Amino acid sequence: MTEAYNVTTPPRRGLLNKIADLNWGLLFLICMIATVGFGMLYSVADGSWDPWASRQIVRFALGLAVLLVVAVIDLRVWMSLAYPAYILSLLLLIAVEVAGEIGMGAQRWLVLGPVNLQPSELMKIALVLALARYFHGLTVDEVSRPFRLIPPLLMILIPVSLVIRQPDLGTSLLLLAGGFGIVFLAGINWWYIIGSIAVGVAAIPIGWQFLADYQKNRVLTFLNPERDPLGAGYHILQSKIAIGAGGVFGQGFLQGTQSHLNFLPEKQTDFIFTMLAEEFGLAGAAGLISLYIAILAIGVLTAMSARAQFGRLVAMGVCITLFLYVFINAAMVMGLVPVVGVPMPLVSYGGTSMMTIMFGFGLLMSVHVHRDVDVPRRTGAFW
Amino acid sequence: MARDVRDTARQAVFTRRAAIASIGAMGLFGTVFWRLYGLQVQQAEEFGILAEENRVNVRLLVPQRGRILDRFGVELAANRQNFRVLLVPEDARNEGISNVDEALNLLAQIVDLSDYRRRRAMREAARNRPFVPITVKENLDWEEFARVNLNLPDLPGIVPDVGQNRYYPVGDHLSHIVGHVGRVTEQEQLRDNDPLMRLPDFRIGKLGVERELDRELRGQVGTSQVEVNAVGRVIRELQRNEGEPGNNAVLTIDEELQRYTAAQFEGESGAAAVIDVHSGDILALVSEPGFDPNLFTFGISEDDWAALRDNELNPMANKAISGQYPPGSTFKMVVALAALEEGIISPREQVLCSGHITLGDRDFHCWRRRGHGAMNMRNGIKHSCDVYFYEVARRLGIDRIAAMADRLGLGYETGIPLPGERSGLVPTAGWKIATYGESWQLGETLITGIGQGFMLTTPLQLALMTARLATGNEVIPRLVRAMGTNVEGIAEASPLPQLPLGFDPSHLAIVHEGMNAVVNELGGTATRSAVTGEGMSMAGKTGTAQVRNISSAERITGVLDNEDLPWRLRDHALFVGFGPVEAPKYAVAVVVEHGGSGSRAAGPRARDIMQFALTRDPGAMPAIGNMVQTSGNDEGQG
Repeated sequence: MTEAYNVTTPPRRGLLNKIADLNWGLLFLICMIATVGFGMLYSVADGSWDPWASRQIVRFALGLAVLLVVAVIDLRVWMSLAYPAYILSLLLLIAVEVAGEIGMGAQRWLVLGPVNLQPSELMKIALVLALARYFHGLTVDEVSRPFRLIPPLLMILIPVSLVIRQPDLGTSLLLLAGGFGIVFLAGINWWYIIGSIAVGVAAIPIGWQFLADYQKNRVLTFLNPERDPLGAGYHILQSKIAIGAGGVFGQGFLQGTQSHLNFLPEKQTDFIFTMLAEEFGLAGAAGLISLYIAILAIGVLTAMSARAQFGRLVAMGVCITLFLYVFINAAMVMGLVPVVGVPMPLVSYGGTSMMTIMFGFGLLMSVHVHRDVDVPRRTGAFW
Repeated sequence: MARDVRDTARQAVFTRRAAIASIGAMGLFGTVFWRLYGLQVQQAEEFGILAEENRVNVRLLVPQRGRILDRFGVELAANRQNFRVLLVPEDARNEGISNVDEALNLLAQIVDLSDYRRRRAMREAARNRPFVPITVKENLDWEEFARVNLNLPDLPGIVPDVGQNRYYPVGDHLSHIVGHVGRVTEQEQLRDNDPLMRLPDFRIGKLGVERELDRELRGQVGTSQVEVNAVGRVIRELQRNEGEPGNNAVLTIDEELQRYTAAQFEGESGAAAVIDVHSGDILALVSEPGFDPNLFTFGISEDDWAALRDNELNPMANKAISGQYPPGSTFKMVVALAALEEGIISPREQVLCSGHITLGDRDFHCWRRRGHGAMNMRNGIKHSCDVYFYEVARRLGIDRIAAMADRLGLGYETGIPLPGERSGLVPTAGWKIATYGESWQLGETLITGIGQGFMLTTPLQLALMTARLATGNEVIPRLVRAMGTNVEGIAEASPLPQLPLGFDPSHLAIVHEGMNAVVNELGGTATRSAVTGEGMSMAGKTGTAQVRNISSAERITGVLDNEDLPWRLRDHALFVGFGPVEAPKYAVAVVVEHGGSGSRAAGPRARDIMQFALTRDPGAMPAIGNMVQTSGNDEGQG
């Protein structure tokens, strides 16, 4: 193919210009949700900043810095970094696999000096960028050619198969769903979609064989909570009781008896939404979900208004990831889906998922700031 | 700016798809809202009541571990009450004590608290959340425990508690068989998803029967439902399911014979096995020195561990099944029986022993420099004449020797449920090619004929070999008589079916005659080891296993006496025997590591053990535990 675009060089924008152009509403919503998180972590510790809330604040501040830096970097730079970032993430995933063999058992971390790196988190961002870059170069007709679909399929399935071996079911589901979401948005033919859903359903019995025992247990327990009254089924039951006991307006800040009586597992991480629902009731829980929906709405509008396909796909990729986090976590603690270890973004305690999500917001913001930038078909490395 | 029409099409598709995805997402969020509404509005009252009642917490209870008993019901491993002191940091805080250190200071005024324990408690307190009880001190004596209880009002956050811990009443001489328990390691947790594995109080078998039969001994986890108040303190217990206690294990061991046997080794390193030749019951299986298994219950101290590890006599190894020794001359009966069964030599045929035999350019020496003169088979065994067996081995060939060794139980694991059993080694021509890529040499056949060279056996295998030689039956060794919660009834004395190995009785008789002459005839190699007493006697065979090769230089200058060598290089002393000679009941094997000659170091010990066994006659006494009818190989799986 020949270069068909008339590339016009947009006027160079200064840093201040870009900062002034940030989506301040989005930033405000992010800060609000994070603040809710601080409050809940304060409550989990029985009204103490120690040990979770204080550290979470530091991490959020760090995350904000990351967001701003990512936001002012030109989309074309992200485009050229997409493939290198993907390959680096893939190599790190393999490294973890190798190190995991040596270290025995589940290993998701690479210790690089003072930093504990979780390559599967990097991959969440890198996969979005790489797929967006790939589809940026294809026309609508090209997208649905079988030959053109092989690379993105491999791009998705290779990291998914590595992550599922760690074993980390939650993250591999996020990667899988996020990746296919982008393929869908790129405009592949509906027949592929119907076909792959059919194949997916048929593959369930086969996939079952590959699940680890604890994962099978979770699914079986989800289908029949009575089966494991001491384990996961117990936790879900307790979680539902706590949410239900919250009622419409909740039991009040620091007053959630169920959460504070240790009926809940990991209430500072995966089950923090339960605690919020108990202490602030339907009003609090629905309010938090609404904040996420507002962010998602801004994200979708940002995506639609972007000039470059790359920007659109990146923005929607971030939205899909955020949506999956929020939906899976909320649905899990209410017993709508099996227990998979997915945190509530910005609220659950944890540094790595915080960084991933803030980086993602940074990209979303960058798409917003650079919405009028034309991104050439081929930029930088590997093309 | 000229926009590509293709991008316009692409953007249209994207916008449509993004809208569809958004609608889908809203639908899914709708289910979340619907569920929230259902839980928090429709079912709020119901869940409110449940929550009010939900002051119920489920705790796991460690089941009572099964006991290990000897054949007469003597406790080898039992449980005893463990008085201990726990600390709940949160409670201490509620009662006005600011930190763990202070709470421990108060406790230290009442009971002795080592720095090590203190540091460990502090570490655990830092790691756990404040309401989790941490163990400060275990195994208090009654007086200390009473003092803690008495002073409880002045000890904020301290909780006295009675747990159970494993206890080994009999001590060192059964350490390798019974083994010990210990804390669960992270790796063990990964391998086993029994909820018990996550309890800090839980102990699993690490060695011996405790390890191999762990699943049976462990039992089923119990649960306790407790009601807690608004700050999480336990108010009362609502329901208790004790779980199922583990099965008891009855071993074939006779504790008294075991103790006596172990005592024969004082200061020496070695191993011994006594087998009931009719049932295959292992009555004693000793590896000396042993260790005190109680050291491990609460985690062994560094000093104790260093002492065990650095001991030259290697107390942690179970030499009776994992020590592999060349059988030396105790192997000669195997060669003799093979020769008779194969018909390659008549028992009366004489071989002239001149002190050595020459093969090619190499001399093979008899232990007796000036030779034994004309030897027939019985005298060959009696005098342990090496030249006679060089000749017999030469005629037999290695593979026929190996086949007989295999029938008598050498060269493979007996399969008793103990960890670390080794198979020993019975070399064959094929084995040597597979292992070294070299063909078998005739000279190697000769030295195999006197139990040297590549041959390796464990003491248990030697006892088994002797039991099979004594009866001509395929004796199967057995360590566990029964497993179950109720095994203490007297068992019927139904002898186990024993399959004959199909030897010609007259051939066995020749071998027995030779072994009898070794001990009970003037000029035999072990006449000092005769067993005396009404109806008591023993036939046997000495063995001396070289640890190093004697160099040709030494042959000229004269071989150093064993006593002049460093301990590590001295020969191993062996003895195998059965008794009484006419109607065998017991087979015994003794190995004294670096003990020197078999007739001096091993024979007399075997004599005393056999004398004791015949006097006590544990095989004839009513034992407990219904007989396990399966062979030893099937026991203790899982």
